[in-house]
Amino acid sequence: FYLERSRGRNYEAELQRCHPEVALVEFGDYHPLKPIMVTDTKTRRGARKGSTSSSSSSSSSVPPDPLSSMLDGTDPLSMFAAASASETPAMSHSRREKEEEAVGPDFEPWSSKRGEILARFTTTEKLSIVTAVVSVGKAPSPGSSAVSEKVRTRLEELDDLEEGSQRELLNLSQQDYANRIEELNQSLKEAWASDQKVKALKIVIQCSKLLSDTSVIQFYPSKFVLITDILDTFGRLVYDRIWTMCSDPRPLPDSFTVEDVNDTAKETCLNWFFKIASIRELLPRLYVEAAILKCNRFLNKSGIQETLPRLTAMIRGIGDPLVAAYARAYLCRVGMEVAPHLKDSLNRNFFDLLGTFRQISGESVRNQLVLQRVEVPEYLTLYSPAISWILQCIAYRAPEPLLTEMMERCKKLGNNALLLNSVMRAFRPEFVAIRATDFIGMIKDCDEAGFPKHLLFGSLGRSLACADPPESERLTILNEAWKVVTKVRSPQDYINCAEIWVEFTCRHFTKREVNTVLADIIKHMTPDRAFEDAYPQLQSVIRKILTYFHDFSVLFSMERFLPFLDMFQKDSVRVEVCRSIMEVFIKHQVELTRDPVILNAMLHICKTMHDSVNALTLEDEKRSLALLIIGFIRMVSFGRDFEQQLSFCVEARATFCNLEPVLVQLIHTVNQLAMETRRVMGGNHSRKTAAFVRACAAYSFITIPSLSSIFSRLSLYLLSGQVALANQCLSQADAFLKAAVSILPEVPRSISVEGKLRSSESFLLDFINNFLATLLVVPDHPEHGVLYLVRGLLNMVQDYTWEDNSDAKVRVYISALPLLAAMSQETYLYSIPKVDSNETLYGGDPKFLSEINKLCETLIGQILDHLKALGRDEVRTNADVQRFCFFFLMIRSVLQKVSRGSPCSPAPEHQSLVYKLGKNICASHIRFV
Amino acid sequence: MSVTLDIRLKRANKVYHEGPIQLISSNIEVAKAGKIPGGKTEIPFEFPLQTKGNKVLYETYHGVFVNIQYTLRCDMKRSLLAKDLSRNCEFIVHCQPQKAKVAPTPVNFTITPDTLQNIRERSALPKFLIRGHLDATNCVISQPLTGELVVENSDVPIKSIELQLVRVETCGCAEGYARDATEIQNIQIAEGDICHGLSIPIYMVFPRLFTCPTLETTNFKVEFEVNIVIVLHDDHLITENFPLKLCRV
Repeated sequence: FYLERSRGRNYEAELQRCHPEVALVEFGDYHPLKPIMVTDTKTRRGARKGSTSSSSSSSSSVPPDPLSSMLDGTDPLSMFAAASASETPAMSHSRREKEEEAVGPDFEPWSSKRGEILARFTTTEKLSIVTAVVSVGKAPSPGSSAVSEKVRTRLEELDDLEEGSQRELLNLSQQDYANRIEELNQSLKEAWASDQKVKALKIVIQCSKLLSDTSVIQFYPSKFVLITDILDTFGRLVYDRIWTMCSDPRPLPDSFTVEDVNDTAKETCLNWFFKIASIRELLPRLYVEAAILKCNRFLNKSGIQETLPRLTAMIRGIGDPLVAAYARAYLCRVGMEVAPHLKDSLNRNFFDLLGTFRQISGESVRNQLVLQRVEVPEYLTLYSPAISWILQCIAYRAPEPLLTEMMERCKKLGNNALLLNSVMRAFRPEFVAIRATDFIGMIKDCDEAGFPKHLLFGSLGRSLACADPPESERLTILNEAWKVVTKVRSPQDYINCAEIWVEFTCRHFTKREVNTVLADIIKHMTPDRAFEDAYPQLQSVIRKILTYFHDFSVLFSMERFLPFLDMFQKDSVRVEVCRSIMEVFIKHQVELTRDPVILNAMLHICKTMHDSVNALTLEDEKRSLALLIIGFIRMVSFGRDFEQQLSFCVEARATFCNLEPVLVQLIHTVNQLAMETRRVMGGNHSRKTAAFVRACAAYSFITIPSLSSIFSRLSLYLLSGQVALANQCLSQADAFLKAAVSILPEVPRSISVEGKLRSSESFLLDFINNFLATLLVVPDHPEHGVLYLVRGLLNMVQDYTWEDNSDAKVRVYISALPLLAAMSQETYLYSIPKVDSNETLYGGDPKFLSEINKLCETLIGQILDHLKALGRDEVRTNADVQRFCFFFLMIRSVLQKVSRGSPCSPAPEHQSLVYKLGKNICASHIRFV
Repeated sequence: MSVTLDIRLKRANKVYHEGPIQLISSNIEVAKAGKIPGGKTEIPFEFPLQTKGNKVLYETYHGVFVNIQYTLRCDMKRSLLAKDLSRNCEFIVHCQPQKAKVAPTPVNFTITPDTLQNIRERSALPKFLIRGHLDATNCVISQPLTGELVVENSDVPIKSIELQLVRVETCGCAEGYARDATEIQNIQIAEGDICHGLSIPIYMVFPRLFTCPTLETTNFKVEFEVNIVIVLHDDHLITENFPLKLCRV
């Protein structure tokens, strides 16, 4: 069979013909995207359901919502809301009032302090716990004839618990201790659930008693947290129980009064109070009564109001100042929860606390500390959660004068450091900030013994980090603060404090001050590699700086910034820091940059990230690091200085050679550079720019082979080839394309896509099609034969080990036919300016055309062979038939396209063969399916 | 078929008040002879606490020597073939509160080594000064005992301060009289080395079961006292005693 020549094409005219007609939609016309217009025709059409015309809206441009059209105006939910709003205005009024006195969301609840305290106050010392063996279900004493008898046994049981039958668990680790307390919590709940109220009370008494034990004092705040959890549970249980007793027949409203409570409930409630009042020991009596404070609501109106001051006074009986301080904290906590409007007791508690402050330095405490080998500063910090909490309760929505009064009282107490610290922590940052200078004065006047000043400055710094002192005082404040901070000996103490002040510095000052601060930190943290223990704080410093400095030229012009980074010597931390810097850079750097300061620093940072990659690095990790580095590379631009840009890419390639995505990006950047050069030169390269674009091509050419992903290589070869071609670098383009063809056999049959193994065939076919489209414009190499690249490609395709039963090869052949047809045209469909394609090169030379035809023949022959094979083998499955039909139609249309209108029509035997085959297959299909 | 008999008071913890009348022994018939239907039968009853002779009806009280108890007994006589049933149940009697107002009688006290009696070696005692007051020594039984206490100074740290409520029963008999003091409640009001110069509240609720108004009859007496017990760190025990007069108002 013989094919003389492809049909001649007039691409321009075809393009015109292919343009779809633009139809305008008239205003009145129907269009699915136009809003529905509903017009009321006023004619009722019986009971036709769902007809929009029966709705009463006369004309709307918006389609009516079927849901809202069902209702007249208001939907049921808002109707309910409206109803309840109008109903009993007095009640809602009182509720609002109540809300006003209640604690708002701006009050930091105890629950948020809990975790912090538990994490902070820990110990490795061994703890002990004294628990009574709680006897369950003691047999009732014989002859119990009266109520009093029963009560007596109960009281005896309580006594039992207080006196004997105790067991001491020694040598508990902190975790054991917490577990043990949790067990008690559980057994409390169980006892309660099984109606063993006496046992429940016993457990609670037992727990509160633990709070008078101050051995292992550094654990005390945590112990307090754990035990008061149990007390809270108990308080809730009792309250709920009594509440349920009054809930018959209907539940008690939240705002109930004493009159709503029935006698039985009152009696039960009273019994609880009597029972608690007879607890022998002070501390349990106090804590347990505080725990059920809320129950006073069942008994009388003023119960809480009377009880709080009494309990407050009762705390004076606690000799140990630490135990007393925490008891006060608990009372304030319960008070805030139950009756936040009763501020007097809060204040009273605080003043009592001040009154007993001298005890802290008393002999008893001193002896205890010596015994336990605890230093005074450490001891003092044990107080801070309690005192801070009390002050927080007082300071909550407190009027300014009260706060001022508190400050005055602190001054009177000789500026007690511990107190001052708590004041600064508990009061509103704004309050502290405007008096910052005052506070500094007070801190200076503080007694140096005991409470370290850096902690005070730390607290002040924390307030100043979120509220601004008067502008004129800021520098003085910083100087005063830093004067103290820099003198702190212990690196750990120093960094804890310095880290806080960095924020203030960043907030109000320039890079100069921040630089000084950084220098100071470096000076303190470098000796003995102190930084190794302070990574979290150092990271926090970086975070704060990055929050305030988004201009990277300023940031990197801080001399000490990079040396600061050098302190992160642990790899994981170092990379994390770099990463955080990069993230901020990518987010905030909007303009392209060529600033050498930024580039140097960023290269350094990126290199650090890059160098952290090793064989063990996870793929995800690599990917995210690569993305960050790519983000940086994209921001680099030397403007018109293309050569510099290229040399940057060269440097970057050397630096980031282990991260393929970065290399890919670099190749893209360089290709872009070449195209940019071309644009600048308007397509006419000078000798210099021509050399430059060739250098670009060379860059890509030597970079691509280092990529491991075959498809990256293929597509980059093709892309770079195209760029080279566009820049009239013919031999470079040729080299790229040749390289692409030469690595085709390396393409594996399956590749991993997102972790799954998939056949590479479709990717390969895509690539080849793309490649073929490019080949149209690539001129033949003078030293090689005609259609040298096309042949090369087809040879590779032929030799490639395709999947068994795959049609891919034939598909490539079919795709190659239109290329060959297009090549035989007088004018090509597309071309590259300044590049002579084969059309010009050969000028329609018949030898060239016949070469094309020969190639076509071979291809068609191959395709037909394939078809024949398909036809000869029994067609077994539906898929086979489909495959055949597909090819049949393909080849037919290709042949038609190739041959129609050509001077010589395809050989008749050729056509008849196709049809014959088709018939056969169709017949067999009918037979077998 | 088993038959049980039970007395249930409408409110077990109800306090029945009555003025001073004779001790009681009265009988009432709650149900006439006849057949009681099967199942649970509840028969309401009520009777006044009538005094008998010239005896005085005292408040319910459970003590060591003295016990004042009121019981109900329900007997159910049955036919010859079945056993009679019987059941006992205690009920509590409180006096009608006295109308008269009790004038508060505050007591101030100062405790130093010199004020103490009953000591073997006064010179061995550490120095201390404790001051305070009780708001009243004639107390209303339903109201707490209140007052204040200040440790002005003490050479030896304080270990604990407690309020000890003591009941004293005195019984007259042929051989003279028997006297017994029992601690009925102990309440700790201070623990550890408390702050000097700071007043500490004295506060104690009278336990409902073990206290009654102070009682003085020809045959016996029930009286109450409170001891303020101060335990020093070296286990020195200092006690200050205050007799109380309890009444119901």
